[in-house]
Amino acid sequence: MEGIYAFCVGLMTACGIFLTLRGRTFSVVVGLTLLSYAVNLFLFASGRLRLDAAAVLGESENYGDPLPQALVLTAIVIGFAMTAFAVILAMRARADLGNDHVDGRIPQTKESARQKSGGQR
Amino acid sequence: MNTLLCIPLLVLLGTIVPLCSMRYSRTACAFLTAALPALALFLILDLAPAVIAGERFNVAVDWVPAIDLSLAFRLDGLALLFSFLILGIGLLVILYARYYLSKEDNIGKFYSYLILFMFAMLGVVMSDNLIQLWVFWELTSISSFLLISFWGHKSEARKGARMALTITGAGGLFLLAGLLMLGDVVGSYSLQTVLDSGDLIRAHSSYPIIVVLVLVGAFTKSAQFPFHFWLPNAMAAPTPVSAYLHSATMVKAGIFLMARFYPALAGTDLWFLIVSMTGLATFLLGGYLALFQHDLKGLLANSTISHLGLITLLLGMGSDLALVAAVFHIINHATFKASLFMAAGIIDHESGSRDMRQLNGLWKYMPYTATLAMVASMAMAGVPLLNGFLSKEMFFNETLHQDSLGSLSWMVPVMATLGGVLSVAYSLRFIHDVFFNGEPINLPKTPHEPPRYMRVPVEILVALCLIVGIFPSFIVGDLLQSASFSALNGPVPEYSLAIWHGFNLPLLMSAIALVGGLMVYYNRRHLFKFQAQFPAKDPKVIFERGIQQLVAKSASFINFFENGSLQRYVYFVMSLTIVVSAYPLLDLDATAGRRPEIPVDALSITGAVLLTLGSLGTVIWHRRRMVALLTLSVVGLIVTLAFARFSAPDLALTQLSVEVVTVILLMLALFFLPQKTPKESSPRRVVRDLGISAMIGGIVGTVIYAMMTRPLDTISDFFLENSKTGGGGTNVVNVILVDFRGFDTLGEITVLGIAALGIFKLISRMRLYMPSGNEQGRAWSEDRHPLMLSVVSQSLLPLALLVSAYIFLRGHNMPGGGFIAGLITSVAIIQQYVAHGVDWIKERLKLDYQIMIGSGIGIAALTGLGSWAFGHPFLTSWFDYFSLPVIGKFELASAMIFDLGVYLTVVGATMLILANLGQLTTSERATFEEDA
Repeated sequence: MEGIYAFCVGLMTACGIFLTLRGRTFSVVVGLTLLSYAVNLFLFASGRLRLDAAAVLGESENYGDPLPQALVLTAIVIGFAMTAFAVILAMRARADLGNDHVDGRIPQTKESARQKSGGQR
Repeated sequence: MNTLLCIPLLVLLGTIVPLCSMRYSRTACAFLTAALPALALFLILDLAPAVIAGERFNVAVDWVPAIDLSLAFRLDGLALLFSFLILGIGLLVILYARYYLSKEDNIGKFYSYLILFMFAMLGVVMSDNLIQLWVFWELTSISSFLLISFWGHKSEARKGARMALTITGAGGLFLLAGLLMLGDVVGSYSLQTVLDSGDLIRAHSSYPIIVVLVLVGAFTKSAQFPFHFWLPNAMAAPTPVSAYLHSATMVKAGIFLMARFYPALAGTDLWFLIVSMTGLATFLLGGYLALFQHDLKGLLANSTISHLGLITLLLGMGSDLALVAAVFHIINHATFKASLFMAAGIIDHESGSRDMRQLNGLWKYMPYTATLAMVASMAMAGVPLLNGFLSKEMFFNETLHQDSLGSLSWMVPVMATLGGVLSVAYSLRFIHDVFFNGEPINLPKTPHEPPRYMRVPVEILVALCLIVGIFPSFIVGDLLQSASFSALNGPVPEYSLAIWHGFNLPLLMSAIALVGGLMVYYNRRHLFKFQAQFPAKDPKVIFERGIQQLVAKSASFINFFENGSLQRYVYFVMSLTIVVSAYPLLDLDATAGRRPEIPVDALSITGAVLLTLGSLGTVIWHRRRMVALLTLSVVGLIVTLAFARFSAPDLALTQLSVEVVTVILLMLALFFLPQKTPKESSPRRVVRDLGISAMIGGIVGTVIYAMMTRPLDTISDFFLENSKTGGGGTNVVNVILVDFRGFDTLGEITVLGIAALGIFKLISRMRLYMPSGNEQGRAWSEDRHPLMLSVVSQSLLPLALLVSAYIFLRGHNMPGGGFIAGLITSVAIIQQYVAHGVDWIKERLKLDYQIMIGSGIGIAALTGLGSWAFGHPFLTSWFDYFSLPVIGKFELASAMIFDLGVYLTVVGATMLILANLGQLTTSERATFEEDA
């Protein structure tokens, strides 16, 4: 089970980072959301995986580690605030700058430069 | 209070006096400014007899004893001599500056800087601790920067000040390194301990490095070759500053440093070679450059460089007698050079020019000043019956008795004589060119004698030159003896301060210097013509160009890393992450630990497959944004289920409600953003990014796997044991949040509130156009609020609120709590917004979300403060059990009030974000004048 869990977290991290490396704000926001899932699962796993061991006294024989759970609980809520801030910032950037590229301007690639000069000709 | 401690403190206090008294007349300001330094001088005079008798005063106030830092002052012979120079000449300069500065100059500011410098310089010579000495050392650089740039409207003043600060400040850093190493070698930063451990230091392997570092500090400060060029450029300072800093005090700080550390650092071939050769080079170079200056102050500046070189050469000769000669020349140079600078200032002030090609025949206009200046420059040239003659004689004598260059040692006296020739020549030029040699040419003013009291300081100094020259041992004998004693840190050799030593070699050298100087000056036209062949190089220009190149280089370096592209920054950060996180993993022997793994079951595999597909789908379809959002929500749901599966019901509830809110938020955002992402990444970029993300994913997976398969060592047993007894709740996660780690939670809801307010501000000025249709151009449906949804959601609202109240109340003992209840409430309200629209809600639900956030954080904080009222630390919780007839036994805890604060903040923050964003889609959105 641990192997599958580790694979899933690793995969989500990879997907999240790939998306944060993209050039448009919405992809980056989606990437950040994926990353925060991965980070939360990572933190949670530091208390090790337990089945049927909720940290509620009297409910089970042995308890899972409650400390990472408390940390992750606030992390989820703060993560939401961060995602919201990032996405609103992205909207504001688009409103003020006229595009939704993370650099605030569409970078001039060789290809687009060629197309432009071709169009002029 | 200790007298010794009073001396620097009085001067420090004196920096405020001119600022307070500048509103009165300039004379009053000058006198009041002089009062405290005069008092300090008086205190020193009071201690002087004891010091000369051989006593050494110390005072130390502990500061950080653990690292040997203390505020420690000392007064020994060397410090006494320098204190006299600093305070005595300082007082004369205060008087002189009163007449030199014009009415437009801010005299209070000037005096304040001057006294600050005086304090710094006094601190340097009186420090008894290496670090403290360095601090004062740098303070002299800073205060001299302020003084040189006093006329900040002049470009050359700014440039000169900058150059002086750069050179001396950089030298100061070398000095710091040297002093730290010195303290490390000796094991103490106390000056006396260092001076007493000369043998230990010289035998240490890092001795050469220490010597070089300390000497770089000394050479930069004392304008020794190759750092000499800053001093002529510092002549842009007002002349009182030059008379004070650039003749008597600051440039002598380097000399002082070498004399001070003489017992600790000198005595090796390395020291002698570096110090004597640098001194000799500076001595000759300064003399040569002085001869060709047309600027009066430029000549004096270069002659100062030359004389500083002479003193350095003496310090590098390695005989104790040479040190005595060096100390003697420090006194003599300070007196004649300060008076010469003041005379130059008078000439500049009364004639309006400092150019020796214009200044001619001033004897007729200011005979009295001319006489004073001529006596002083004769002292500089080393004419008998003046103080300069005596120390120069001793210098010549010492050059004959050294062997630092082995068989080439005979060269030193020859070069010394050559230097003597040069100094006679430029002194002669100062006298002849300025006061004789025809008539003045095109002077801006008709020259005349200065005000009476402007001349007094010059008179005093010139009188000293004469008296010391005629009765040397009577005037300075004791002081010289005691200063040499403390500089040597041991007995002083026999020497005689007589004017006449009979016919001997030094006298012959003096005679050659005088005659040679006359001949050089007589043939000066040929020399000037020869010199004119060299291309003129302005060190200022070269220096400024160097600085500009440095700035340009750093700018291009920074531009490479910080070019404004977020994509690039993320790339750098991620690449660095790989390096930093992969490196320690190389040391980990095996990926898997010994902790047994949970067996895999079909349900988990299904979840993992769905999550994998969801994640991959998000990446693959990321350019079709709506689809990506859907796949993302699949991932979120699986994460929720994973929390539920692995015994974290609170997390599952939180994640589920956050998931709902997040997806609604992203959908709203998508309404305003482009629906699709253009394909613009080059294939190379895609491969690069795939590589980076795969690497990091692999690393993260490895780390988490390695972590999970190793045994757990946790501090949570404490929480599990004390949750019920100490916090009164059985849901340990909730008790941690609202009780054990309540302070953290308070911080977190504050962050949440701030984020929400930030978003609110971002939204409130947003100028986005509202798309009327989707990408294909199909118009959005007019039927915004379907009846079915309206009816169902309306009846759902009380139910949802009931659930959230239940979740809130049971939170302390069962999964639930403020965070989750807050999110559920938010979802319920959002549903109303979706079903009915903003207008409809506005009439019915009068909630101010900002006030809600504020009151939430306020309640939480007040709960914490409340425990103070009962004499407990911040956020200590209280609980007890009560029973009511119908309900039965129930529990009340202060933590529940805290949780209520959390609840309100969460609801307020979530709704502030979503309601305001949603409002943008309606007629309620803010309109702008440009839109109308």
